Amino acid sequence: MSDFTPDIRAFVCHYTSQQSCAAGAEGMVTDGFPANVRLARQVCTGKLKVSTLLAAFEDGADGVYVVGCPADTCHNAMGSQRAAKRVLAVKKALSELGVEPERIEMFHLERGLHPEFIATAQQMDTRIRALGAGPFKGETA
Amino acid sequence: MIIAERKPIDEIMAMLTGVKRLLLIGCKGCVTVCSAGGEREVEILASLIRLGRKKEGEPIEIIEAALTRQCDKEYVDAIDQWDGQYDAIMSMACGVGVNFIANLRPVATVFPAVNTTSFGGSQLQGVWTEQCAGCGNCILHLTGGLCPVARCAKSLMNGPCGGSQDGKCEINPEVPCIWQHIHDRLHRLNKGASLTAIMPIRDWSTAGHGGPRKTVRDDLTL
Repeated sequence: MSDFTPDIRAFVCHYTSQQSCAAGAEGMVTDGFPANVRLARQVCTGKLKVSTLLAAFEDGADGVYVVGCPADTCHNAMGSQRAAKRVLAVKKALSELGVEPERIEMFHLERGLHPEFIATAQQMDTRIRALGAGPFKGETA
Repeated sequence: MIIAERKPIDEIMAMLTGVKRLLLIGCKGCVTVCSAGGEREVEILASLIRLGRKKEGEPIEIIEAALTRQCDKEYVDAIDQWDGQYDAIMSMACGVGVNFIANLRPVATVFPAVNTTSFGGSQLQGVWTEQCAGCGNCILHLTGGLCPVARCAKSLMNGPCGGSQDGKCEINPEVPCIWQHIHDRLHRLNKGASLTAIMPIRDWSTAGHGGPRKTVRDDLTL
């Protein structure tokens, strides 16, 4: 079995992640949240820029995902829809670069669904472990 | 405004073969408004180029900037501040900007990052449509303000062709037949009778068929 531990960055909606974050970092890991997933909580995922998602890959991430509100009931009306569009743009860009678009994903979750929030992280961890290390580990200029 | 869209990444990466230090410059004019080559797009493209090069194991240094405009010498001169810091320039402006840099910096290598597509406007958020062909001899006063040069697939001057079906163009059912719209609009404005006038054969020399066009304003020249 590979000893590869992926570097995964999660950009999560303030509201969607509220219950999970209330458990604290240790509590989340106890509940099964992978320790190799780094959370970056956003006031709204609609505020995320394409360049921020790309910067995570530049910074060494093997996988990136965004968790926002359900598309039709976003706390900020259309924030999670905007985030989904930007994730799609990054997927397209990764494809253009010859990289698996599955390295980035958008998830829509209801507020307060603690087990699903954990399951999403586990799903990405499993996916990125299967894909292997990201191809952007080259020497930094 | 001038509408443009970013070139495919593989085309951009191919242009940059061998370049180790790049000056990537956007334009704060039209291409910012149509989200093709402003500051935000410079940031995104710089990141994609760096990622592409990291993947190939050939890192690249990129200076990111956006000029007020790239179609005026005064603003293009701002490039001087990066003299000696780049091997090549990649412009995210329209073709005018790329030409201006090439005109003004004879020994600099300059590449285009976008394809300049048309003179148009924003029909919906994220959707731009061609409205003007810059033909140099405007006839919009005769056609109800709707341009058959830019918006008719055949640039017809005297009404629709036989391919006009249910108000749509035969090239694509999503493209309106502009002559149908001209007809409907002029009748709505009680000017339908003007359509009986035959427009003469058009002189296309003002549309670039007489070579590159030049505009001189004696009241402004120094």
